[in-house]
Amino acid sequence: MLRCEELTQTYLSGGRPLTVLKDITFALEDGSFLAIVGPSGSGKTTLLGLLAGLDLPASGRVWLDGADLTVMTEDERARIRSAKIGFVFQSFQLIPTLTARENVQVPLELRGEPSGARADELLGQVGLGDRLDHYPAQLSGGEQQRVALARAFSIRPKILFADEPTGNLDARTGRTIIDLILELNEAEGTTLVLVTHDADIASRARRTIRLSGGRIAEDRTAA
Amino acid sequence: MNRFVRRMAWRETRGSRRRLLLLTGAVAAGVAALVAVNSFAANLRESVTQQAQTLLGADLSISSRREFTPRVAALLDTLVAPDPAHGRAPGRKATVVSFAAMGYVNRTEGVRLVQVAAVEPGYPFYGAIRTDPDGTWSELQEGGRVLVDPSLLTALDAGIGDTLALGESRFVISATVLSQPGNVAVAASFSPRVFIAAADLAATGLLRFGARVEYEAFLELADPDRATAISEKYRPILRPERTRIRSVEENRSDLTEALTQLSDYLGLVALIALLLGGMGVASAVHVFIRQKLDTIAVLRCLGARTRQLFAIYLLQALAMGALGSLIGAGLGGALQQVLPLVLADLLPVDVRVRLDPGAVALGVGVGIWVAAVFALLPLLGIRSVSPLVTLRRDVEPLRRRRDPVRLLAALALAGSIGALAVMQAGGLREGVGFAAGTGAAVLLLWLASLGLIRGVRRWFPSRWPYVWRQGLANLYRPANQTVTVVLSLGFGAFLLSTLFLVQHNLLRDLRVWGEGRQPNLGFIDIQPDQREGVLELLRAEGIGSPEAVPMIPMRISFVKGEPVVLGPSGGSGATDGDGAADDPRDDSDAEDPEARPRWAFRHEYRSTYRDTLVDSETLVEGAWWDGQMPSAAGPVDVSLELDIARELDVTVGDEIVWDVQGLRVASRVANLRRVDWARFEPNFFAVFRRGVIDEAPQFFVTLVRVEDPATRGLLQRRTAERYPNVTSLDLSSLQELLDDILSRVALAVRFMAGFSLATGAVVLVGAIATTRFQRVREAVLLKTLGATRRQVLRVFFAEYAALGFLSAGMAVVLSGAAGWVLSRFVFETSYALPYAALAALLGAVVLLTVGIGLGNSLDILRRTPLEVLRSD
Repeated sequence: MLRCEELTQTYLSGGRPLTVLKDITFALEDGSFLAIVGPSGSGKTTLLGLLAGLDLPASGRVWLDGADLTVMTEDERARIRSAKIGFVFQSFQLIPTLTARENVQVPLELRGEPSGARADELLGQVGLGDRLDHYPAQLSGGEQQRVALARAFSIRPKILFADEPTGNLDARTGRTIIDLILELNEAEGTTLVLVTHDADIASRARRTIRLSGGRIAEDRTAA
Repeated sequence: MNRFVRRMAWRETRGSRRRLLLLTGAVAAGVAALVAVNSFAANLRESVTQQAQTLLGADLSISSRREFTPRVAALLDTLVAPDPAHGRAPGRKATVVSFAAMGYVNRTEGVRLVQVAAVEPGYPFYGAIRTDPDGTWSELQEGGRVLVDPSLLTALDAGIGDTLALGESRFVISATVLSQPGNVAVAASFSPRVFIAAADLAATGLLRFGARVEYEAFLELADPDRATAISEKYRPILRPERTRIRSVEENRSDLTEALTQLSDYLGLVALIALLLGGMGVASAVHVFIRQKLDTIAVLRCLGARTRQLFAIYLLQALAMGALGSLIGAGLGGALQQVLPLVLADLLPVDVRVRLDPGAVALGVGVGIWVAAVFALLPLLGIRSVSPLVTLRRDVEPLRRRRDPVRLLAALALAGSIGALAVMQAGGLREGVGFAAGTGAAVLLLWLASLGLIRGVRRWFPSRWPYVWRQGLANLYRPANQTVTVVLSLGFGAFLLSTLFLVQHNLLRDLRVWGEGRQPNLGFIDIQPDQREGVLELLRAEGIGSPEAVPMIPMRISFVKGEPVVLGPSGGSGATDGDGAADDPRDDSDAEDPEARPRWAFRHEYRSTYRDTLVDSETLVEGAWWDGQMPSAAGPVDVSLELDIARELDVTVGDEIVWDVQGLRVASRVANLRRVDWARFEPNFFAVFRRGVIDEAPQFFVTLVRVEDPATRGLLQRRTAERYPNVTSLDLSSLQELLDDILSRVALAVRFMAGFSLATGAVVLVGAIATTRFQRVREAVLLKTLGATRRQVLRVFFAEYAALGFLSAGMAVVLSGAAGWVLSRFVFETSYALPYAALAALLGAVVLLTVGIGLGNSLDILRRTPLEVLRSD
């Protein structure tokens, strides 16, 4: 499903190149659940961005469902995202001018598919059936993240990338969100890549990659 | 365009509709001005076409500055004679003789320079002259009465039934003339018209030597369709007779051309307002896109392609432009009702106001186009938004080196401005000139505002009180609107200020004449036998030693041995201009650079002879003569004014042969003089050495200074009574008149410039609304940190005061330069800055800016911190 080879990323910092990721190589099976963990600044989010095709590496390659993301244009990667990828962000990233339902509809509309019924169904599944027409500002953090989940799953993605999905939530709400992600993951057979600080959450993943100083410090698969 | 784009475009307006509406306002003001002017221009053309016959009052007009020669008279008779061979009935003819004279009313002791028109029965053949009481025009021919402009009654403090003295005759004022087709009301305030019957003319005794008279024969043809053919056929024959001929059609196209020019200029001012609005759009889109970065990044993550994202926001800009344009078109329609009121006195036709669909369509189209093309460049910023923004804030934009699309967009913008200017200016050269001029002014304003922003930043007054520092810092903080606001407000103020400066300096010249020791009262057309009498009259009122300057009318026959041929070429607009001050600028041909040399050759010169140079002259080349011509044989010495010598292409030593009322006089150019025409003195193109032409038929002019206005009036009246043919001119009344006329002309331009200022105000309101979010946060933060509302208000005050001061200051400085260029090179007047008035203008713009700024910030202040933090 997902494979990367010798991924290296450098940014300019104070005019000098700073290597934030170095020679990352691994592969991921269909339907698996990977947690990327590590201390702040270890390169977790950078790796996620590269794997999802949101950014281009300084060197190395990424294959998603057989397609090399690193040789594509931004618009070609957008097509791949629209077809196969779902996202959940730490800060929810709902579009503030759209209602809950409209936010969920966007990915489907982008594909030109009917969206109303599917959005209602998904929002019902995450427990927001009665808040369809609320704007993000009218929802609590947990509710917003649930809308984001419904949006991520609306296109039945082959792979879901989640960047600290519970980082802005209290512990209880965070657990509910993770439960929901796993539930949807199982129901749809989606591959899951999750960046987290939380050891509890990481422990629920089948495979864990620990980053340290931009390198893989540990790659462990649960029995 | 797919459904997603349409839906997103609509949804994405949520929460910013108020801001977007304000931007429609930026487009609306410009479109309103454009629609109003263009629609009005269409009305004008239509009215001129419909009223073409009425405007001339006849099918053909034949006019001359001299009595018709026998050849011309014979031609006139032929044209109206019956033509049995072609089965044509006879036509009709009416001649109108016009000239300036002094009119006075004994009862009120009022005296005034008037334009007398002696009218033969029948005129006008088409249309009607409206009078009060109604229908009295035909009674004119009964004789012994005059019809006058209403302004004359005011000037003379007289009324219907009073007796008006003209020359040796006395007339009853029987009615006023409300409108005479084809005449411009403003001209009447210069010298009010007085109509008399042609039969009464001889008895007045006013047509004496030296009088400036125009003879115009109006013809009604049996077959009106032949008018233009006749005009074209006889023009070459009439031209050497110094006679011009016009048909209805030619008159119409001349008028249309002149009026089109007027509306073109107003249209350009409207275009400036629209372009300023475009800049407002560009800046707002820029800020808007910056605020939408997150949304754009999220949409990219969700798989939106660049084209779709671009389409969403372009659609918004287009919709905004369309809405603004439609509102503008509506406003323009209303405004159009006002324009005729502003311009009425400058127009020779009654304009029927009707909204012109073509002008509306054009205005709306141009409005949308301007919104789109100005939005394009900032919209291109969408392409560089990385989806990575969703994961981290500090993402570098997707970089594109040598971006051809950006270059294309910039070219499209520049091309559009050029094309719009060419379209509105009605000519390639004018359009390009306008675009370049506007571009230069905008560039200067832009550079100046950038420089000042940098200056404030660099030399920040760090010891000033906190509120001032905070306010000034707002000028250069991220997403500031300083440049846009300064440009639009500044440009409006710049236009108004330049206009004001030119007007001020034109009038100042007159005021300078009026003060000091310079003459302020002139008497012209004094016959040799009246000379002593007039001077005696002046001496009797205590004027020391008045001098009478001789004037001899003459034309040029040969220059350097070449005969002067009055070619048959030249448009129907060509006349033999002949102004009181012998000034070439009063000639209609003077506008056409190629016609000017011809003017110098065919002009009727009024020359003098004397022994010395006067104050307003400086010798440039050659030597001044000493004493009289030693002998009457050989060419007489003549001194030429520098510019006229250049146009005649002669220099010291060249020979010119003059036609002095039929007598050939050879002359040799002895020297060249520079003349300060701006001085109210008897200035001449040609001054002769005494001894040869002193005996030619001549008349005299005298200029004196009389401090007391009552004495001036008395002198004018006495002279008019005793020497009716002598016309007099009171400089202070001339000054008032010019003031009045300039104000009326300036009003129209000022009215349009107001739109530029209005757009500036809208852009300012828009700018405040655009940065509102940031302002609310800051205000709340300041309040949370313990600032009082008063302090927050003062921060805003400092910012707006600085903005207004920057805009107005820049405008005043730039207009000072522009006014100097215009005064020096176009109007050729001296130049001085009215500091007090400029300071007032500056203050007004600052007040406007602060008023609008604070007015729009008040509700920011009313919000409580909690309210804002919750909605965050």
